[in-house]
Formats: sequence, C-alpha cells, structure tokens
Amino acid sequence: MAGLAADFLNLHLKNPLVLASGILGTSPSLMARCALAGAGGITSKSCGPEPRAGHDNPVALAWQGGVINAIGLTNPGAQEEVSLLHETRDRLKTLGVPLFASIFAPTLEQFGEVARVIADAEPNLIEVNISCPNVASEFGTPFSATAEMAAAVTREVRRAVSLPISIKLAPNVPMIGDLTHAVAEEGADAITAVNTMPAMLIDAYAGRPVLKNRTGGLSGPALKPIALRCVAEIASRVSLPIIGTGGVSTGIDAAEMIMAGATLVGVGSAVWEDGPAVFARIANELTGFMVETGYSQLGEMRGRAMR
Amino acid sequence: MSRQGLFDAYRVSQVRVENDRTRTLVFESPLPESYPGQYVMAWLPGIGEKPFSISGNDPLALTVADVGPVSHALSLVRPGERVWMRGPLGKGYELISQSHLLVGGGYGAAPLSLLARQARTIGHSVTVVLGAKTRDDLMMVAAFEELGCAIYLTTEDGSAGVRGLVTDVIEQACMEQHQGCIYACGPTGMLTAVGKAAQLLELPAQLSFEALIRCGVGLCGSCELPEDLCLTLGISPGFLVCHDGPVARVN
Ligand SMILES: Cc1cc2nc3c(=O)[nH]c(=O)nc-3n(C[C@H](O)[C@H](O)[C@H](O)COP(=O)(O)OP(=O)(O)OC[C@H]3O[C@@H](n4cnc5c(N)ncnc54)[C@H](O)[C@@H]3O)c2cc1C
Ligand SMILES: Cc1cc2nc3c(=O)[nH]c(=O)nc-3n(C[C@H](O)[C@H](O)[C@H](O)COP(=O)(O)O)c2cc1C
Ligand code: FES
Repeated sequence: MAGLAADFLNLHLKNPLVLASGILGTSPSLMARCALAGAGGITSKSCGPEPRAGHDNPVALAWQGGVINAIGLTNPGAQEEVSLLHETRDRLKTLGVPLFASIFAPTLEQFGEVARVIADAEPNLIEVNISCPNVASEFGTPFSATAEMAAAVTREVRRAVSLPISIKLAPNVPMIGDLTHAVAEEGADAITAVNTMPAMLIDAYAGRPVLKNRTGGLSGPALKPIALRCVAEIASRVSLPIIGTGGVSTGIDAAEMIMAGATLVGVGSAVWEDGPAVFARIANELTGFMVETGYSQLGEMRGRAMR
Repeated sequence: MSRQGLFDAYRVSQVRVENDRTRTLVFESPLPESYPGQYVMAWLPGIGEKPFSISGNDPLALTVADVGPVSHALSLVRPGERVWMRGPLGKGYELISQSHLLVGGGYGAAPLSLLARQARTIGHSVTVVLGAKTRDDLMMVAAFEELGCAIYLTTEDGSAGVRGLVTDVIEQACMEQHQGCIYACGPTGMLTAVGKAAQLLELPAQLSFEALIRCGVGLCGSCELPEDLCLTLGISPGFLVCHDGPVARVN
C-alpha cells in the first residue's frame, strides 16, 4: 500500500499537499474547511504590519494558462491576524493539520517585528514572503531579487523568533541556487518555491491591461515548468526541505514536484476548478500513481528526476 | 481552463428604466450556458469591475441600481456602447417542485424575474413578493404580471401594497397557495429573515447573498459569508459567495 505520509522538519503530515498562501487563508472557517477537505497542511494569507485593503478590481482572472492576480496583499494587520491564527491553530490541531503562518513587510526591520507578533499565535512554521510581485510600486523591488537582501531578511526573522521559518522565493531571479544558499546560511529551516511570476494580460479590444494594477503574478499550469526548474536547482544546492509550489493541479503534477526535490507540495490556483475538494482529488491521484508505478513512500520519489 | 475567466465585450442594444435609480441594460447577444441566479463580473476599462446578477440571458441583460462609481458609470452606458463581461459565474437557483414563492427586495427583483420566466415557461405556478422602501422604489411589477405570477407588494411607508417588510406577508402567501420552495434575493438582513421564516414554515429556501467579490473564482476568500450567519441559517461554514453561491440552499 502506497503511503502519502510526509515528514517535514519536526512535523508529521498525513499527506504532502499544503494550501498555498493567499488562497482561502483569510479566516479560521475557510482554513478549517480546506483542512477538512483533505489538505495535509495549511498556509495562511500573508500578513503585514498594518491592515491593507489591497488593489481595486479587476484583481484576478483565470485564463487558458492558469490564473493571473494582483490582489495586493489584502490583510487585517498583524495584531488582528494573531487572534485569527490562534483560533485557526486550535481548529487545525483537532484535525491533526499544521498551520504555516505567512508574513510580509515593507522594510527589513518590520519583517522582524511582524514575525515576533505572529509568533504569539504559535503557528507550526512562519513562512516569510519576500517575493510578492504586486506591491513593487509601493514597497520597491522585492527582497527576493538579490541574495544579499534575501539573506538580510532571513537574518532579521531568525533573530526575532525561534519557531521554524521558511523563506518564500520568487521564480524570476537569475541564480536561485546561490540565493537559496545565502538564505540557508542565515538559518532558514525550509524553502518555499515559488511565488507567482510577474506577468501582464492585455485585452486587445479594450486596448489596455486587464488588471487594474496593470501587472500581476502568474500561477497555475503555465507556472509549473518554471517551478520544477527552480525546485530542482534549489534541491541541488541545499539540503533544506522544500515546499514545491507552482502549477500543481493533479497527482502526477505533485509527483513531478517531489521528483524535482520537494518534500511538501503547495497547491493554490488549482482550488479554482474544484474548490477545496481539489485536495482529496490530488491525494487520490497521487496514491493511484504510486500504486501504478510501484512506489510505497514519498521518499522513494524525492529528487529522483535529478539523480 | 475555459474562456470563463476572461472578458468578452458585449454591446448594449437597449436601456430600460426600472425606477428612479435603476436601469436594465439589454445587450445584443446571449450569455451562453447561464441560468437564473448566476452573475457576471462587468468591467468598464479604466473605471472598475463589479458583480451583477443576470436578469436576462438570451439576450444578456443586467439590472443596475446607481449607488456608487461603477454602477453609476454603468447606468450612463448607451445603446451601441460596450461593457466587458466574465462569466457566467457562481451557482444559481434550481427549480425544485412545481410551485414557487419568489421574494425580492430592491433590485433583487432582477434575477428573480429571469427565474420566474423559466418557471412559467414550463408551466409552473409562481407567487412573487416584492418589497421596497416606497412605491417609487418598487420595480419590475409589470414584468411579473405579464408572466402571470401572483403578486404581493410591501413598502416600508405603506405607499403601495402592505405596509411593512416582505417577511410580513410570506406566511400569508404560503397559506393561500401551496409553495414548494422559497427563492429570495435582496439585502442580507432580509435574506436572514426569509431564511428563518422558511425554517418555521418547514420549507426549503434558496437565498442569493451579496458580499465583497474580488477574484470571483473562489481563491481570495474576500466573499466568505460570516460564520455566525452560516450557523444561524444552517449553511456550511466557509461559504464563498462567488463560487459556492451566490445562491445558498437552506433547509
Ligand atoms: C452576487 C452579486 C450580485 C449583484 N447583483 C447586482 C445587481 O443585479 N444589480 C445591482 O445594481 N447591483 C448588484 N450587486 C451589487 C454590485 O456588485 C455593486 O456592489 C454595486 O453596484 C455598488 O458598486 P459601486 O462601485 O457602484 O459602488 P460602491 O462604491 O461599491 O458602493 C457605494 C455605496 O453603496 C452601497 N451599496 C451597495 N449596493 C447598494 C444598494 N443596492 N443599495 C444601496 N446602497 C448600496 C455600498 O455599501 C457603498 O456604501 C451584486 C453584488 C453581488 C455580490
Ligand atoms: C489569488 C492569489 C493570491 C496569492 N497571495 C499570496 C500571498 O498573499 N502570499 C504568498 O506568499 N503567495 C501568494 N500567492 C502565490 C501562491 O501562494 C503560490 O505561490 C502561487 O500561486 C503558485 O502556486 P499555484 O500555481 O499552485 O497557484 C497568491 C496566489 C494567488 C493565485
Ligand atoms: S471573491 Fe475571491 S473567493 Fe470569492
């Protein structure tokens, strides 16, 4: 019998599928709904120091290749988020599902502050989002752009909290392996790869970009080959566990992500098609694939494509 | 993924005045594979994008109350001009049984008029309760009459029909005709009251909710119905208005 159980840091997940940050991670009831629907782990929506309304509509569209979004980091601010996360963590605990709390900040110092505030909710991991492509006009170049900045944020958050931390990287950097190495040196416990790819859609009849923010982040099937390459490159440079994220919508996609070197597999845009039921479907398909091809554990697949 | 997520430009063929601040935009072409209770995201490039229930699908029609920037710009659109749409989105009404009670507050009458048309076309009996602040705010009464629906009106100031709220006449409407299901669209307070009335009458109800819709595809979480409201009405918590709804089934 093929088993989907996944060990990640000191955690034991019933399956490797993790709800990606920014997808339905806005309330205890929605996160519990995704856990009940079969997610092995849950990541909350990225939270920053202050409340943010986000961008104006249109903020997201589904197109042939997947999804493009410029939500703009809508969140209630760290103080309010702590109580939501407390409640979420309690509900998820009874379901045996870990909570990963995602944070972002406009400045280096604030990364430490937000991490410290959020740590009060005792999530199982803090995921540090240094790679949102949709706030550059306000916050400047994302910290994920260079190894130096990514390492500096990691150092700041590492100093602020003792909880495990994962750094969430962007796909659009020249040398993601070097960047990850620098982040690992500063004490990251895991890597989440990748965030969305900066992109634009234009409506020819309207003669303008469809998103109000003009540009957005591309996710879903079009992102998968890019994410696989990033995960493979990261796995070849560091031994940290990876939450491989980008374009996973079937069990086979999940197997590919694990074969590139991922320990856990993030699922985001695929929720669009089936709703939270997507987790049970992907888990069943992954089991089916393992039975068909003779794998009994995830570990046998991990990194296989790169050996 | 289908074209569902992307915009198509629709040209307006006709504009109908429903009341002081409400216009129905009738478009030149149909909205394929859509049914009553579903909505579209209507986009005016450079202005904004908002959800609107369909009040007609062949041809597409939207009924817009002018209350803010996007709805105001939409009410200024003239025949020959274009509006961009993505949809149909969400899950709409489903006719169950043969005899139906429709309850509309404000522009809630709009999606219900399409549902009434569908039910009458297949010979079902339809009773409609329409409520508004004053007589001048009532809308689409003639359209429901033409379809052969039994009609009850309520206004808060008593200027037409019964003075009061739609919930004040639901019980009577149910006693006079045997109803199989209640279908409602309007403000959240009204829907909550209708849902509770349906529980007392032991009737199933289908309630079309409004919420802040942003992505419209069930990803961002902004349109979640408050958990306490879900628990009050027996809707499963984490209900997403854009994707699981806008129509929620209770009882
Ligand atoms: C599923 C769904 C279906 C909808 N269907 C329709 C429809 O068929 N017809 C329609 O006109 N609108 C409909 N709406 C509402 C519509 O999407 C917008 O919210 C509305 O047009 C206001 O947008 P705005 O940008 O013009 O103004 P906003 O700036 O968003 O709103 C201006 C102010 O008006 C208030 N407001 C919003 N709606 C009303 C109202 N009905 N009466 C009084 N005040 C109001 C808002 O709270 C705000 O304070 C629907 C919403 C949802 C979620
Ligand atoms: C609507 C939407 C909102 C997102 N919000 C966030 C966010 O707040 N923080 C974050 O780290 N990533 C965010 N992401 C990126 C996802 O977590 C994920 O990295 C990316 O979408 C790729 O995975 P997918 O192809 O499975 O969607 C968002 C993605 C989408 C589609
Ligand atoms: S509007 Fe984004 S989930 Fe409903």
